[in-house]
Amino acid sequence: MSNEATLHGHAEVGTSHEVHDDEHGVHHHKETFITKYVFSQDHKMICKQFLITGMIWAILGGLMSVLFRLQLGYPDSTFPWLEDILGKWAKGGKIQPEAYYALVTMHGTVLVFFVLTGGLSGTFANFLIPLQIGARDMASPFLNMLSYWFFWMASVVIMCSLFLETGPASGGWTSYPPLSALGGTSEGSKAGMDFWIIGMALFVVSSLLGGLNYITTILNMRTKGMSMTRLPLTIWALFFTAVLGVLSFPVLLSGLILLLFDRHAGTSFYLSDIFIASTKQALPNEGGSPILFQHLFWFLGHPEVYIIILPAMGLVSEVMSVNARKPVFGYMAMVGSLFAIAILAFLVWAHHMFVTGLNPFLGSVFVLLTLLIAVPSAIKVFNWITTIWRGNLRLTPGMLFAIGFVSLFISGGLTGIFLGNSTLDIHLHDTLFVVAHFHIVMGVSAFFGMFCGIYHWFPKMYGRYLNNTMSYIHFWVTFIGAYLIFWPMHYEGLAGLPRRYLDYSGWHSFNQFGDLNRFISTVAMVVFSVQLMFVFNFFYSIFKGRRVTSTNPWGANTLEWTTPIHPGHGNWPGEIPEVHRWAYDYGKDGREFIQQTEPIGANESKH
Amino acid sequence: MSTIFLILILLLGFLITFQIAKASEYVGILKGEKKNLEQNNRINGFLMIAFLVLGLIGVYWCNELYKGKILGESASDHGEKIDTMLHITIAITGIVFFITQILLFWFAYKYQYSEKRKAYYFPHDNKLELIWTVIPAIALTVLVGFGLLYWFHITGDAPKDALQIEVTGKQFSWIFRYPGKDNMFGKKYYQNINDEKDNSLGLLWDDPATHDDLVVNTTVYLIVNKPVKFIINSRDVIHDVGLAHFRMKMDAVPGTPTTMWFTPKYTTDEMRKKLNDPEFDYELSCDQMCGRGHFTMKGIVKVVTQPEFILWRAKEKPNYARVMADKTPAAPVQTDSTKTPTAKLNTEAPAKLVANAK
Repeated sequence: MSNEATLHGHAEVGTSHEVHDDEHGVHHHKETFITKYVFSQDHKMICKQFLITGMIWAILGGLMSVLFRLQLGYPDSTFPWLEDILGKWAKGGKIQPEAYYALVTMHGTVLVFFVLTGGLSGTFANFLIPLQIGARDMASPFLNMLSYWFFWMASVVIMCSLFLETGPASGGWTSYPPLSALGGTSEGSKAGMDFWIIGMALFVVSSLLGGLNYITTILNMRTKGMSMTRLPLTIWALFFTAVLGVLSFPVLLSGLILLLFDRHAGTSFYLSDIFIASTKQALPNEGGSPILFQHLFWFLGHPEVYIIILPAMGLVSEVMSVNARKPVFGYMAMVGSLFAIAILAFLVWAHHMFVTGLNPFLGSVFVLLTLLIAVPSAIKVFNWITTIWRGNLRLTPGMLFAIGFVSLFISGGLTGIFLGNSTLDIHLHDTLFVVAHFHIVMGVSAFFGMFCGIYHWFPKMYGRYLNNTMSYIHFWVTFIGAYLIFWPMHYEGLAGLPRRYLDYSGWHSFNQFGDLNRFISTVAMVVFSVQLMFVFNFFYSIFKGRRVTSTNPWGANTLEWTTPIHPGHGNWPGEIPEVHRWAYDYGKDGREFIQQTEPIGANESKH
Repeated sequence: MSTIFLILILLLGFLITFQIAKASEYVGILKGEKKNLEQNNRINGFLMIAFLVLGLIGVYWCNELYKGKILGESASDHGEKIDTMLHITIAITGIVFFITQILLFWFAYKYQYSEKRKAYYFPHDNKLELIWTVIPAIALTVLVGFGLLYWFHITGDAPKDALQIEVTGKQFSWIFRYPGKDNMFGKKYYQNINDEKDNSLGLLWDDPATHDDLVVNTTVYLIVNKPVKFIINSRDVIHDVGLAHFRMKMDAVPGTPTTMWFTPKYTTDEMRKKLNDPEFDYELSCDQMCGRGHFTMKGIVKVVTQPEFILWRAKEKPNYARVMADKTPAAPVQTDSTKTPTAKLNTEAPAKLVANAK
């Protein structure tokens, strides 16, 4: 075990670790503001950096959705104040088509990558991995720090792209070429697209640095007695997430580099037979295939949705078990289903491409593999429900979000069975049904997992509690709001309303939902404002929240609750605790909980 | 002014919430943690069951409200299969949805914290887990089975006698080409595309097969009860031929032609009567993000009877005839055509185009 060493791999990376090897515990470095809060190598600080950056992005991404919901809900109205904010992008108080498409594109990019990947994995992998496996820090605190700062650089590049004269990327978060490859086809495909590619490349670097670190840490730095099968499910989930990211993000990067070549080096990877009407010019490129990009993109893009949802599943499993005062049901089945989902994640990407002219036989293979995912997902859902069965539930805000997650995951997962079936996908592909499906199953669900984690571990992060009343309001408004927004949207999709339309009034077949669109927009704004209240609660409680008075306020078994209320860099003041049992001995032998550090008693029953 | 007013109200509402939240926190401390937890549990447990009941009513009500607005009966034979598949899927997923949601919220309500209850130590049960692995697997086998049966039928080869129409998407409209009497599409090459010279598809005039090809914009005519096969192309970016009433969809990919076939069941007139809507038209929507005009990229599909179709077809002039208004069809290539420009069209076009062609 080189846990002790990493504690000190701080100022002098990779040098003279042995010098300190005899020392354990809290060891006060001379910390300046810069090393403590900015270029910190403490995983707990890096976690907070990821979390707060993610929150800033979430607010911006959410605000974007409010703006385009305004257009969708009130296509005939004008909002002069929009012109004050957005200038030419909202000429005459109406969001222009280019601006609308830029908004949806950036909303998708920001939330999928910067909030639900960077913000979610970055936060909880950093926070929980060392604390729950019993390590003093990550395998490489320095790479961990770099991971955040690459994320930061990616954020800066994407943020800058919002202020370009031709606007940010606007070809959808999937940025399919040729639209994304040719500046002549769209304003957003000019400089904005280059910024997008560079930003995403930096993001991939960040994600790889983080992921490799998480995998190494989990495999090598578990404390004594912490076998893989004693790991809390959070760690298993974060482990599979990291594996998925490491194996799939490079494929996206390669796809983006080819796109960059097509844009600037005259190659024809994705381009063929193109005539640009705006310049009246036929391009010389022949023989490329835009479908190739879709294969490369979705080879990441599909695992990406599991990269988003697996950590949420892990957080929910843990929080649910702690607050049900009952072991998570079917631990091995939970791990097995995570594993199955991780494997299948790589084998289903072409279900996003059923109507691209894909060979129907190939399509049928992907139907089979896609619907197979429903089996491990079903196992997880039934196991969660059984976990709360005959429990003694404490409905804390974290627990509410966990239950909400399961409900949303069921609803969104079931509509996935519609879309994964190629026959139905012919009708439903690229309609609002898809929008409703993925917002519920990976957007809102993943957010619920994240909130569940934040509410549960906030006391560990900051030594204070979040305000309960605001938390409950936050939960109920978000939960009800999410269903009100996305449930009726399925009907719009069944009616065939295509997604990425900013105004349906010109269509005889699609203009029957004007009232509904207004309703959805209104609810979206209410839900957004409640998120702002959460953000306020978060920052207010960091400074003014009720103080945590005991080290283990939830009565949980895992190792992070054996650290002091305000753990220093290195987490445990003395020896790293030794683990004697799995993480879920709740309600066993009449005892409410038995921490992992407690040796197995002589008369203890077996599980 | 009203905006400022709205913001003020919001801020005020927030302040009140915040004050209540702060006050209830103090009250909570005074009452003691345990009592506080019990009270919160009761409130939220009740809300859980209330959410379930109101949610189920909401699901029913939402369905009543919108089921009449989702396009009605399919207008193509393939669409019928897709609708059947939809109903099977709704039935199976619906059962799972209601069972799991009801259990989830019922348990959340029923097993909320009580001093008297002890949580039941129940770490795993292989039999139970086997049951809920096998049952979903069986249900999914059914869904995959039906799905693939229909899928292969829909994506299978079109009948030989199908009406062939080439569909080409461009930013932001649709172009349709009929093969003419020879039933053959003439050759085309994208480098020849020239909108000013009325050659929007880049047809090669030295291929005689192009001469009777009919090229029309925006509105396409189909024959009722006759299978139609679309050969789909794109001139610039990826588009998608979306036919909501026929339940069909296929991408238009530049450089890679795709196909789709179906049989329309009702003429436009029949649909108008059926829906009691004299303005009804089948609309062709672009379903793949293609740029600023994506949401306006509309085509019209007119389904007519065979005689009506023949009449319409006879009236339309082939593209070649439009371009060569004054030329004899037998001599499309004229190097000296620049000397005899017509009033409407510059006949230099074909000569240059052929010269450029490979």
